[in-house]
Amino acid sequence: MSAAPRYHVLSVLVENRAGVLARVANLFARRGYNIYSLAVAPTDDENFSRITVVVDVESAPLEQVVKQLNKLINVIKISELDPRDSVERELMMLTVKAPPGTRSEILELAGLFDASVIDVGVAELTMSLDDTPQRLDDLEALLRPHGIVDLQRTGRVALPRLDHAAH
Amino acid sequence: MTTTNGGAALIKALELEGVDTIFGLPGGAILPVYDPILDSPIRHVLVRHEQGAGHMAEGYALSTGRPGVAMVTSGPAATNIVTPLCNAYMDSTPLVVITGQVGTPAIGTDAFQECDTVGITRSVTKHNELVTRAADIPMVIRQAFHIATTGRPGPVLVDIPKDIVDPNNPAAHFEWYWPTDDEVSASLPGYKPTIKGHPRKIKDAAEMTLEATRPVIYAGGGILKARAAEALREFAELTDIPVVTTLMARGAFPDDHELCLGMPGMHGNYTAVTAMQRADLLIALGSRFDDRITGRLDGFAPDAKIIHVDIDPAELGKVRRPDVPIVGDCRQVIEELNKVIHKHLDGGREFPDRSEWRSQISGWQETHPLTFEQSAPGELLKPQYVLEQLRERAPEDCIVASGVGQHQMWTSQFWHFTHPYTWVNSGGLGTMGFSVPAAIGAKAGRPDRMVWAVDGDGCFQMTAQELVTASTERIPIKVAILNNAYLGMVRQWQEMFYEERYSEVYLSPDLPDYVKWAEAMGCVAMRVESPEEVGPAIDKANQINDRPVVIEFRTDSAEKVYPMVPSGKTNDDIVVDPTQPDPVGRNSGATR
Repeated sequence: MSAAPRYHVLSVLVENRAGVLARVANLFARRGYNIYSLAVAPTDDENFSRITVVVDVESAPLEQVVKQLNKLINVIKISELDPRDSVERELMMLTVKAPPGTRSEILELAGLFDASVIDVGVAELTMSLDDTPQRLDDLEALLRPHGIVDLQRTGRVALPRLDHAAH
Repeated sequence: MTTTNGGAALIKALELEGVDTIFGLPGGAILPVYDPILDSPIRHVLVRHEQGAGHMAEGYALSTGRPGVAMVTSGPAATNIVTPLCNAYMDSTPLVVITGQVGTPAIGTDAFQECDTVGITRSVTKHNELVTRAADIPMVIRQAFHIATTGRPGPVLVDIPKDIVDPNNPAAHFEWYWPTDDEVSASLPGYKPTIKGHPRKIKDAAEMTLEATRPVIYAGGGILKARAAEALREFAELTDIPVVTTLMARGAFPDDHELCLGMPGMHGNYTAVTAMQRADLLIALGSRFDDRITGRLDGFAPDAKIIHVDIDPAELGKVRRPDVPIVGDCRQVIEELNKVIHKHLDGGREFPDRSEWRSQISGWQETHPLTFEQSAPGELLKPQYVLEQLRERAPEDCIVASGVGQHQMWTSQFWHFTHPYTWVNSGGLGTMGFSVPAAIGAKAGRPDRMVWAVDGDGCFQMTAQELVTASTERIPIKVAILNNAYLGMVRQWQEMFYEERYSEVYLSPDLPDYVKWAEAMGCVAMRVESPEEVGPAIDKANQINDRPVVIEFRTDSAEKVYPMVPSGKTNDDIVVDPTQPDPVGRNSGATR
């Protein structure tokens, strides 16, 4: 990716306890900012959870939100992850119409994307794909003409890109 | 090891935190906690409305510097205390508020007097916590006081379900323990306020201060929270820089000091407003560039560089981007700054010539002092005259509380604050009805001081019932109602900006009968209508120390608060008292 993205990915390390997600979400809600996607799960230490939140906000107001997030007692650390400097993954499950006439074409697409078929019905297929959000968008677009019956994405999770050069 | 139960543990925890007064009102869900209060040395002040409990706790905190404590029951009691929580949050006042909650099995079932208290108060508290296990109570109370009083202070709410404080519930019993400071810190891994300012930034600030030719110190409420009044005075005197004190900082720097310019802002005095506007350096100490200070932002202090010191990193750059941002405790940072500047001066460094700036400032003070026209015999009282008389006849360390509106601005303008923690008011939220309960809380916290509440007739009607509390609890505050029969500040805006179309602002001077009402609440009450009665009535009130006193002053409703920076205008467009000359050097094209 070359152009600066207009959405922002925040990785928020929080205490793993009741009400913390509501506190974080509240700071976006009171300003009228929509949370585009959200993923929450405990880290390797059960006492902490990592919230990966994608918001569509300009940089200046975001800086203020980040400062306000930092003020929350249960928030440990916040980093903004520039998609250019991070690795991202998202999981998508998708059910698509797959009658005998188009089934092989759909399976070929799935194969090209390394998606797994996880359920097969009489005239439908459910597949899953974990990859970059962009690849998920691409597969979704290619399958849309066939008729998408159901679709669920997890929201992205991300970690900073590692240093590649030896010191 | 001693076994205890949740209710007894809660009261013991409050005792160990040094609480001497709780403002509250019992009810179903908090009942088990009210039983051990009977055996506690803590004084409980029984309020008449939960909003009163919250504002009393605020008045206590603002006058003593210690956290105020309020305790109420669940549901409607919790919702009634939301306004004081929000008020304390806006003004960074340390409070610990305890609310009862329905028993844990009933939470979320729409039980009687149930509401989602932590949900409702999440955005008006620094932190809140629903406790679900009795054994957690000592730690949660320790955390609450730690969070409320450190960093940028603020209100913390602790919501306590009935079953975990009920001595008849076996699950409410546990082995008593009292967490250490280290355990409290370790339990809050995300909470580490920055206290010490960055040395390099402090050096930069010193350098900028030494170079400025038109500097102004812009002191805010953070000075009082950080107990930095002495450090501020040393800084101002060391650098010979004039000081403006915001509405939240009145008393942080003595009004009778030659470097004091008084209050800036929408109703600030002309010199304070204009000095900030023309400054080449604003040294913002514990202030937050509130819209009532800056006026229209793009025209605010256009030539000024900014040094901004605040303990809350979120304030730096929120409104105006500082040239030197310093995160830290105001007192520590100012003391460090003083040291660095001292070193420069000892090394022979000198301030640039600021005589032109000084003479400009004294010129403004001469042409545009705060003023009002004395009323002629037979006319209604001028509110400013009443305030002058109150001020002259009260001891100089008298604590004064106010509500919100014209009377608040006049009090801030005409009182001479010479001591910190003598001004109790609602700044950020602008809560009408604040003064009576806040004054009661202040007097409960500082029984050695005289406490006057200056109130408007509109404000008084919102919380006056707490005078019953004051009478029964023998908390002898004094209340001056400036009765102009109007919601005065709204009337002023309608007169100035809505072509004198007065909509829903008239209140009547006679209904209610304030004297009868005050007497019914156990107060001594007086009505004053002419100037010669003002002084004697105040003197009489000042001698009464066994019960509250209320004086109703009939004041002129046509009187307006000047100066005024109209909403949406820049501070250059300040409107001065009509008897004074139009400011010279006003930007051409500015509208009146």
